Amino acid sequence: MESENILEAKQVSVAFRIAGKFQKAIYDIDLSLRRGEVLAIVGESGSGKSTFATAVMGLHNPNQTQITGSILLDEEEVIGKTGDSMASIRGSKVGMIFQNPLTALNPLMKIGQQIKEMLAVHDVYPENQYESRIFQLLEQVGIPNPKRVVNQFPHQLSGGMRQRVMIAIAIANDPDLIIADEPTTALDVTIQAQILDLILEIQKKKNAGVILITHDLGVVAEVADTVAVMYAGQLVEKASVEELFQNPKHPYTRSLLRSNPSAETVSDDLYVIPGSVPSLSEIEYDKDLFLARVPWMKEEAQKVISEKMTEISSNHFVRGQAWKKFEFPDQKLKGGKK
Amino acid sequence: MWKVIIRRILLMIPQLFILSILVFFFAKLMPGDPFSGLIGPHTDPHEVEALRRAAGLYDPWWEQYLRWLGNAIHGNLGMSYNLKEPVMTVIGHRAINTFWMSLLSVILTYLFAIPMSIVAARNEGKWQDQLWLTYNSITFGIPPYVFYLLIIFIFGYSLNWFPTGGTVSPDAMGIIPVFFSKIYHMILPAFSLAVFGTVGIFTYFRSGILDEQTQDYVRTARAKGVKEKVIFRRHILRNASLPIASNFGFVITGLLGGAIFAETIFGYPGLGQLFITSISGRDYSMITALILLNGFLGLLGALLSDIIMAMVDPRIRIQ
Repeated sequence: MESENILEAKQVSVAFRIAGKFQKAIYDIDLSLRRGEVLAIVGESGSGKSTFATAVMGLHNPNQTQITGSILLDEEEVIGKTGDSMASIRGSKVGMIFQNPLTALNPLMKIGQQIKEMLAVHDVYPENQYESRIFQLLEQVGIPNPKRVVNQFPHQLSGGMRQRVMIAIAIANDPDLIIADEPTTALDVTIQAQILDLILEIQKKKNAGVILITHDLGVVAEVADTVAVMYAGQLVEKASVEELFQNPKHPYTRSLLRSNPSAETVSDDLYVIPGSVPSLSEIEYDKDLFLARVPWMKEEAQKVISEKMTEISSNHFVRGQAWKKFEFPDQKLKGGKK
Repeated sequence: MWKVIIRRILLMIPQLFILSILVFFFAKLMPGDPFSGLIGPHTDPHEVEALRRAAGLYDPWWEQYLRWLGNAIHGNLGMSYNLKEPVMTVIGHRAINTFWMSLLSVILTYLFAIPMSIVAARNEGKWQDQLWLTYNSITFGIPPYVFYLLIIFIFGYSLNWFPTGGTVSPDAMGIIPVFFSKIYHMILPAFSLAVFGTVGIFTYFRSGILDEQTQDYVRTARAKGVKEKVIFRRHILRNASLPIASNFGFVITGLLGGAIFAETIFGYPGLGQLFITSISGRDYSMITALILLNGFLGLLGALLSDIIMAMVDPRIRIQ
């Protein structure tokens, strides 16, 4: 019987070798994903979203990184697998869609060849079905005139079309897990919705799990089942999408939601989170790192927290306890600056 | 595409025409003339004057140019003043020597440079990389003529392994012995040229491989589960070879360019050596012909490179 959890990540830490020393980029990440679900990982640039996804794919350079913890992909341990044994999992069990479709395809290879390469690496489909499978995939991702496109080179296609090709490649071998790392960031706004819909449609059809990495909260609200919020390599909050948007707890989640423009926003100014994500060498993972960016919570930021995530209600996890004291400055002053 | 190629070839005609005027004019500006070298303590100055007059050297330069141009259009580039042979015949002979020697050196260059770059790039920062980087910095720093003299001194003179001049030994008879004797005479100059040719290709190719390794499409290939060896061969190497391919047109035409230093120092009678002796002998007709030949090769090389690029890189189209 197939397990319910397609992905089970426990205490995953990734450290990069920087100037001879290993610096942790993500720390103690616990995440799981069920078949047929969409897990969104959000956070600003540098929060470690892609580092986690890359670890799941086993795409980190083993000489430059140290990965600890456990990542079970369909009950198979991924951490520690290198070289060809990892290569056989990539592309068959997990498919990945990257951020920039303009550079993600080999400029010298025809589209058909690039999809065929994916089929040929794994033995999911027999060789005599490659051609029909390629056409089927191109049709599935909504590419008009697949017969022409297979003989075209990437530069002859638009960004949206290229991302469709990338999706076709990612799903070619019917993976159980699809990782989409900011799949719409580099695309035109009008194309973004189409690409997202396509990913979801395929996910539903195949009953696959999807990890969607994004910093677009609008997208998250629309498509995710579960949301994990990351900050500076830590997981700070995790909940179902309704719970997280209606009842955000962690200061970082609340700040993120507040800095997102919406039709209901009354104020002329958008909320801005001061400062930026700390660099790897400054990070101390036993603290709640985001508090350093909240000027009126400086003493809280110094506190070492022992428990990482607390379940405050069913399936709603928050990091530390400091969130209980957090208030936005304008709420604190009753009425704000205006 | 053919239209474009033909147009570019036709465009070469005015370019070569302008080049020929410039060359003719500047050659005349050089002090002395082909007959200066004939004057010795016992020559009658009147005889030399008569020779100059007969050769038309006292006519205005444009008149001489038009005369030359008239002949050139009929395929006659004139007689060499010094060698007393038609310019075309001399160039033809020398071109064959230069061609084979350059071909051997180009083959050696790629044989050295390509494996060297791959080994260095695959082991970036390790001792293999350091070794080839150091080696190439050293060869880049040595003046070629010093290196050539050193090679001659070691392999030609001290060890006496290779001949120090000429293209063939006089006692070689029959096709096969002549063939091997010719190769034997080419080895030293071709090898030395290759040592210097390697630097450029190594630098381009090594950094090309390093650049391509970090490209997004390589990550895509990894995400597909393609094995590292295949990724390197199918994705990285092919893309990294593009800059080298873009230079290949010049490499082909360069086979007839002649190596001035190497041929002169190794006493190898090719076009490079001919060029130097023609300049010092003020052999106007020869100088003009050789420079025009090189100009033509340069233009052709650029065209060939564009055609090659259009063939190997689908993004490039000749326009």
